[in-house]
Amino acid sequence: MADIRLTINGKECVAPAGSTILQAAELNGIHIPKLCYLEGIHKYGACRICVVEQVSPPAKNLQASCMVEAKDGMVINTNNARVLEARKTMYELLLSNHDKQCLTCNRNQDCEFQALGRELGVDGSHYEGERSLHPIDVSESLTRDPNKCILCRRCVSVCQKIQTTSVLTAANRGFDTVISPAFNLPIGSTDCTYCGQCTVVCPVGALKETSHKDRVLRALNNPNKHVVVQPAPAVRVGIAECFGQPAGTSETGKLAAALRRMGFDEVFDTNWAADLTIMEEGTEFLTRIKEFLTGGVAPLPMMTSCSPGWIKFIEHNYPEDLDHLSSCKSPHQMFGAVIKSYYAEKIGKKPEDMFVVSIMPCTAKKTECARPELSNDGLANVDAVLTTRELGDMIKAMGIDFMNLPDEEFDMPLGLSTGAADIFGVTGGVMEAALRTVYEIITGRELPFPNLHVSPIVGLEQIREATIKLEDVKPEWKAAEGLEVKIAVTSGFAGARKLMEQVHDGKSPYHFIEVMGCPGGCITGGGQPRPQEDINIVRQKRMEAIYGEDERKVVRKSHENKAIQAFYKEWGEPGGHKSHEYLHTHYVKRGRFNELTNESFVIEQE
Amino acid sequence: MSLSLEKLAFEHDHESQTDEEKYAEIAQVIESYKDKEGSLIMVLHAAQEIYGYLPPELQEFIARKMNIPVSEIHGVVSFYSFFSTQKKGKHTIRMCQGTACYVRGGQKVVDAIKRNLNVEVGCTTEDGQFTFEIVRCIGACGLAPAIMIDDDVYKQVTPAKLKGILSLYEDAEENIEGGADA
Repeated sequence: MADIRLTINGKECVAPAGSTILQAAELNGIHIPKLCYLEGIHKYGACRICVVEQVSPPAKNLQASCMVEAKDGMVINTNNARVLEARKTMYELLLSNHDKQCLTCNRNQDCEFQALGRELGVDGSHYEGERSLHPIDVSESLTRDPNKCILCRRCVSVCQKIQTTSVLTAANRGFDTVISPAFNLPIGSTDCTYCGQCTVVCPVGALKETSHKDRVLRALNNPNKHVVVQPAPAVRVGIAECFGQPAGTSETGKLAAALRRMGFDEVFDTNWAADLTIMEEGTEFLTRIKEFLTGGVAPLPMMTSCSPGWIKFIEHNYPEDLDHLSSCKSPHQMFGAVIKSYYAEKIGKKPEDMFVVSIMPCTAKKTECARPELSNDGLANVDAVLTTRELGDMIKAMGIDFMNLPDEEFDMPLGLSTGAADIFGVTGGVMEAALRTVYEIITGRELPFPNLHVSPIVGLEQIREATIKLEDVKPEWKAAEGLEVKIAVTSGFAGARKLMEQVHDGKSPYHFIEVMGCPGGCITGGGQPRPQEDINIVRQKRMEAIYGEDERKVVRKSHENKAIQAFYKEWGEPGGHKSHEYLHTHYVKRGRFNELTNESFVIEQE
Repeated sequence: MSLSLEKLAFEHDHESQTDEEKYAEIAQVIESYKDKEGSLIMVLHAAQEIYGYLPPELQEFIARKMNIPVSEIHGVVSFYSFFSTQKKGKHTIRMCQGTACYVRGGQKVVDAIKRNLNVEVGCTTEDGQFTFEIVRCIGACGLAPAIMIDDDVYKQVTPAKLKGILSLYEDAEENIEGGADA
């Protein structure tokens, strides 16, 4: 497209046609402060902070530069007295209905609204008056404090347009406007998936994860508890951002070291359980395929079950189709079940004295650990879930100098993992990890892709698919000879909805589908550090870091994990009786309006 | 494309309909707007006309039938003061609080209505007789402060006059009920 020429602050500027004034200014090194606008996610013109003066063609009012398209010959002022004063006024009006509890807010010094006040030079609050007061809404995963909300509506954009879940909306009007679920229901009683993408884009402390930091700290200081920790794959490529490092920095060794210094009794790795998941899920897929080939009624496509946001999504929106889900618990839940049974027995501890902490890039995992079906012998499989952000907070609070820690290893044996486990953190990774094992079981040969990457399903497009032909199979898999296995991968609920419509109508062409609830997968999960640059760049960098982790491993196939092989020698077969008792689960029909269940994830406040 | 309000003229007397019949009629309205973009407000108008108000269950019903998120419906219903999520009383009192009525003592009348009927603005009395609403100007500024009860306008209302006005409606109700009994 042709370029346009315009004058900004007396400077000749060139920008691609179709740019907004804001984009044109940024491209030419002129910074315009903004608040509600979020590149690629939210363009709404709600806050009016980015206003500029349009001299030519003359406009009477100041223009929101994020909304107005830059035109050839335009003359714009972004920093004269009228503009700067207007921005300060706008800011103070927003501030007048904000609770100003900055010192006790968990976004203190990590708040876009706070930083903006400083940037604009705000030095007073001239519009004191009535404030709208709302109760704080706490659920297992998310905490909603409308008193801190500045009505920017980024969360609404993410929830409606990107995730298509549409739980959050702007209700009422004028002074009474509040961002809330329908009928102002507590979010723990809605069809929210708890993906937490709203907490990532919230510029203030209005939407955040429900903290488990106190729960973990109490366990660490309880001499009767044997506290075991496990971080998910995506945490190792996210945690360094909590300490000012750029996106895509891998710090697995420092992560293990930091957890050890925090006082955890055992520093294991969810990756071990990811390898375990491949053994269980791979076996389940093979069983379904075998049944399908011999004329049975195996529900295909089988769909992955690692993402608790995705699980909740399907339970609400497609309750009739739950039999397509793999019955495998998610890896950290499998891990907890193993720790409180097999491992507790091994080290001579009572299961109730074991305390399992998961470090997750995810807010939905908190609700997951409150699900009654994710327990064994009367004990929850996992006792607490910290998001990557919460772990960063705790490391800081404990005075641990993360970036200067030595690189250390995870404890053995449940800290040993393969490259297949690392890629569980990125969209397409679970599928690739499963194929690396399943293909080899059926054919006896390694998956025929360069560097073991199933290239058609690597990437960030919404839906990716591949067909893998099974040839020269092992004799026991004769029935599968020539079968073209069709697979699909998606992340984010917009893509999941498309694939589920096919499944629901009985028209899905696939045998196996991987779904992760957050766009990009766990690397950009709802519990990861908030991006300091364009989310798409962050996603790309973290994805590369995850594949880097995989490629650095000597062993890159789950079934070759020596610790997993040793485990099954004592535990029994994958998919066997004990596995079904501890490592598999079932799902709950919920319905769009929760009409099929009484279960709620509300935490009542005093 | 313009959607005309004329379509909302209904043949049925909604008071005598069962809930099931009302829902069925609302479903028909939704069907008639199928594939027309931007028809939510028209559907909500019709649904309120048929059902009387828009409780959460009805909003969920509409969400399901129109295949749109219930949060979106709630957003629209809660934005426009025309829509009500509470059952309306037999009579609706609309107190004008436009500028003229306000400066000529409208607030005192508001307080008197609240006190006399034990009802908050936007709510319905416990006996289901009256719904109390505030409106901005009913075009009767020369009669300020004015109230409307159903379709009747009352001028220069004071707290002292209020009791007499309200009793007209309470009495009428009793007469009707008495008549039905006899």
